[in-house]
Amino acid sequence: MNFLTSNSSILIIAIPLLAAFLVPLISKASAKGRNIFVVVVTVFVGILVAILAKDVYANGAHIYTLGAALPDITLPRGYIVPVRIILEVDGMSIFMGIVTAIVSLAAVVYSLSFMKRETGQDKFYTLFLLMMVGMFGLEFTGDLFNLFVFLEILSISGAALAAFRTRFGDTVEGGFKYLSISAIAALMVLFAIALLYAQYGLLNIGALAAVIQFTSLDKLALALMAIAFAIKLGAVPLHMWVPDTYTVAPASITIMLMAASQACLYALFRIGFTLYGGTTGTISMGWIVIILGVLSMFVGVTMAIPQTDIKRLMAYHSVSQIGYMLLGVGVGLAVLGDTAALNAYGRQAMSGGIFHIINYALYKGLLFLTAGALFYRLGTRDLNKMGGLARNMKFTTIFFIIGALAISGIPPFNGFASKFLIYESVYQFSPILSIIAMLVSIITLASFTKVFQAAFTGPALPQHKDVKEAPRSMLIGMGILAVVIIFFSLCPGLIVDNIVQPAVDALINQGAYINGIMGGGL
Amino acid sequence: MGSLLNFPFLAAVILAGIALYILIFKKNMIKFIMGIALLEASVNLFFVALGYREGGGAPIYTNSPAGIMVLPVPQALVLTSIVIGVSILALMLSMAIRTYRHTGNIDTEKSRRMKG
Amino acid sequence: MSKIVRTVANQLILFIFIFGLYIIIHGHITPGGGFQGGAVIASGAALMIVAFGSSRIQKGIKEKHLSILESSGAVIFIGLAFAGLAAAGVFFFNTLIGSPVFGHTPPTGPNPGDIWTGGIIPLMNVAVGLKVFAGLSAIILVMALASSGEEVEE
Repeated sequence: MNFLTSNSSILIIAIPLLAAFLVPLISKASAKGRNIFVVVVTVFVGILVAILAKDVYANGAHIYTLGAALPDITLPRGYIVPVRIILEVDGMSIFMGIVTAIVSLAAVVYSLSFMKRETGQDKFYTLFLLMMVGMFGLEFTGDLFNLFVFLEILSISGAALAAFRTRFGDTVEGGFKYLSISAIAALMVLFAIALLYAQYGLLNIGALAAVIQFTSLDKLALALMAIAFAIKLGAVPLHMWVPDTYTVAPASITIMLMAASQACLYALFRIGFTLYGGTTGTISMGWIVIILGVLSMFVGVTMAIPQTDIKRLMAYHSVSQIGYMLLGVGVGLAVLGDTAALNAYGRQAMSGGIFHIINYALYKGLLFLTAGALFYRLGTRDLNKMGGLARNMKFTTIFFIIGALAISGIPPFNGFASKFLIYESVYQFSPILSIIAMLVSIITLASFTKVFQAAFTGPALPQHKDVKEAPRSMLIGMGILAVVIIFFSLCPGLIVDNIVQPAVDALINQGAYINGIMGGGL
Repeated sequence: MGSLLNFPFLAAVILAGIALYILIFKKNMIKFIMGIALLEASVNLFFVALGYREGGGAPIYTNSPAGIMVLPVPQALVLTSIVIGVSILALMLSMAIRTYRHTGNIDTEKSRRMKG
Repeated sequence: MSKIVRTVANQLILFIFIFGLYIIIHGHITPGGGFQGGAVIASGAALMIVAFGSSRIQKGIKEKHLSILESSGAVIFIGLAFAGLAAAGVFFFNTLIGSPVFGHTPPTGPNPGDIWTGGIIPLMNVAVGLKVFAGLSAIILVMALASSGEEVEE
C-alpha cells in the first residue's frame, strides 16, 4: 500500500479543509490564481476518491485511525473500546463519496462564470470547500459525534452559501430557513448521541452497534435521529424548506445542497442499517421510511405541477425523487431480518434505491444547472417570461432534454434503469406501492414536458431576441454531468454490479462494519 | 442528595420546553434565534450533566485534590457543540440584520416573500 | 462612550489580553485552551469596540486583516495535523512526543503540572486561539458596524 492509498480517506477531508483556509490568502494575490487553485483541489480530491474507491472495492472497508501509531490500530493497547476518531469507508460510504466528488466538480466549474458578477468570491470558494469537507466527513466518519460536527459544518456553510447573493432580497429568507431547520435537526442528533452515550459510554458507530440493546431510550434516540435526518433530506411532511432554499440559492449551490441532502440520506441509512441493524426495530423503521417515501413522491410531484418558477418546480421534483430512494431502500430495511424475502426482492429494491441516488444527483444536478443558465442569461426564473430559447441556447436545450428524459424514466436513460429496478422489486413486496411509483413517474414526464414547451419552444419573446448561449465554464459544468449520465445510460449493468452492489452489501452486512472497528486491535 | 442530582435534567427539560414554545409561536426573528439558543443550551446542559459525579473534581491532574473526578468526555463534546452554536447564532443574527435591511421588518410573517 | 469608560478600557485591555494568552498557553495542563483564551481576548476587542465605537476601531483594524489572521490560524492548525502525516505517516499524529520541545512525559496522578508536555497540543491551542480571537472579533466588529447603520461588505 503506497502513501496515497493508505491515507486517501483522511486526505479527501483534510485537503479541501486546508485549501478552504488558503483561498483567502491566495485571493489577495490573484483572483485568477484562486480560481485555478480551487478547480485543481477539486480535481485532486476527485482523483483521491477514485484511488480510495479502487482500494475499497479490492480490499474491503478502509479504516483510518487519526493520531494512532499506524492507521489501522483502532484499539490502543489495553483498551477494549475505541477511543480515537476513526474513519471507516465501506462500499456505501465510497458510493456516496463518488456522488459528492462528481457533483462538486461540476458545481465548481460551473461557478467560475456563474459567480463572476458577485462580490466576495474568496468567501464563496472558502465556504464551497468547507461544504465539500462537511459532505465527505459525514460520509466517511465512523464516529457519531464526528458525524454531528460534520453535519454542522455542512449546515453552516450551506446556509451561508444559499444566502450568498444578498443583492437579491429573497436569498436571505431561504438561507435563514435552511439554517433554522439545520440547527434544530442537529440539536436533535446531539440529544440522541447524548442518550446513547449515557447508556453505553461509546461514540463509535461500530462499537455501539455491537452492544446496543434497543431499550426505550435507544428507541427515543432512533426516533430523534430519524426525524432529524428526514428534516435534512427534505422528506414530506418535513420538506417546507426545500423549495424556498433550492429556489434562491445560486444554481451551483443548489446542486451542492442536493448532494448534502443525499449525504443526510446516507446518514439515515447508516443509522438504520448499521447502528440499529441487529435490533428488532428494522421492520417498523423500514415501514416508516417507506411511508415517508411514498408521501414524498406523491406530494412532491403534485406540488410541482402548478409552479411557474422553474427552480421551485424542480425543487418540488427533488422532494418527489427522494421518495423513490426512500421507497427502494425502505423495502430492503423492512425485510432485513427475513433472509428469503431479502434475497427474493429486498436486495434488488435496495440496489434500485441506491442506484437512484447517483442517478438523481446527476440528472437533477444537470436540470438545476440549466435553470441556473436560464436565470444567468434572462434574469428571471418565471416560466411565463420565457419562450423560444432553443434557437439561441442550443447546448442548454440539449442538456435540458437529457436531464428531463432521464428524470422521467424514459427507457434508454439511467433514470429508467434505477426506477425499473424499484418497480419490479417493490411490486413483489406490495403492488400498490409500485403502481404509485409508476404514476408519479408519468406525472413527472408531463410536468417537464410543460417546462420544455414553455421555456424552449414556441415564438421567442421580443425581450429575449438576442439572448446568448451560457458562458463556456457553465457549459463545461453541465457537460460533465451530461457525459456521466450518458455513460450510465449506456452501461447500467456495469454500474450496478461494480458500484451499487458493494454499497448494498455494505449496508446489509452489519457484522463487517463492526468487525472493522473491533477487530483492529493489537 | 440523590434527588438533587436530577436538577440539571429538570432544568434541561424546562429550557427545552420554553425553547419549543418560542420556536413554534413567536414570529419575531430575534426571538426565534433566542429559541434556538435556548434549545442549544438545554441539550448542552443535558449532555454535560451526564458526566457529573457527586463530589467529583475537575478532570485535570494539575494541582488536583485527591478523590474522584467528573467524566471529561462530555465536557469536551459540549465545548465543541458550544463553539458550533456560536457560529450558528452569529450567522443567524447577520441574516436577521440583512432581512431588516431588505424589508424593514423582522417579523417572519411580514418579511416573507415565498409562498406555495 | 464617556471618558471614564475609555480610560478604564485602555488600562484593562492589557490585563485581558495577558489573561487570555495565559489561558491559551496553559490550555493543556489547566482548564481552558485555545477557544476559551481566544474568546477572552475577543471580549477585550469587544470592550474596545464598545468604548471607542466601531467606526474608530475600524480605522485601525480592518475586517479583512482579521480574516487573514483567522485563515492563518486554521492553516497552522491543519498544518500541524499534516506534520503528523509527514513525520509518522498518520494524520494528527503527535510528532513532538519525546522531543525536548513540549515532549516531556506527563507525570501521572495529582501533580503541580509541567508546561513542557502535550506535544503538538499546546501549539494547536495557540493556532485555535488565534483563529477564535480573529473570528469572534471580526464577527463583533462587523455586527457593530452593521447595527450602527454603516454599509459593510461581507
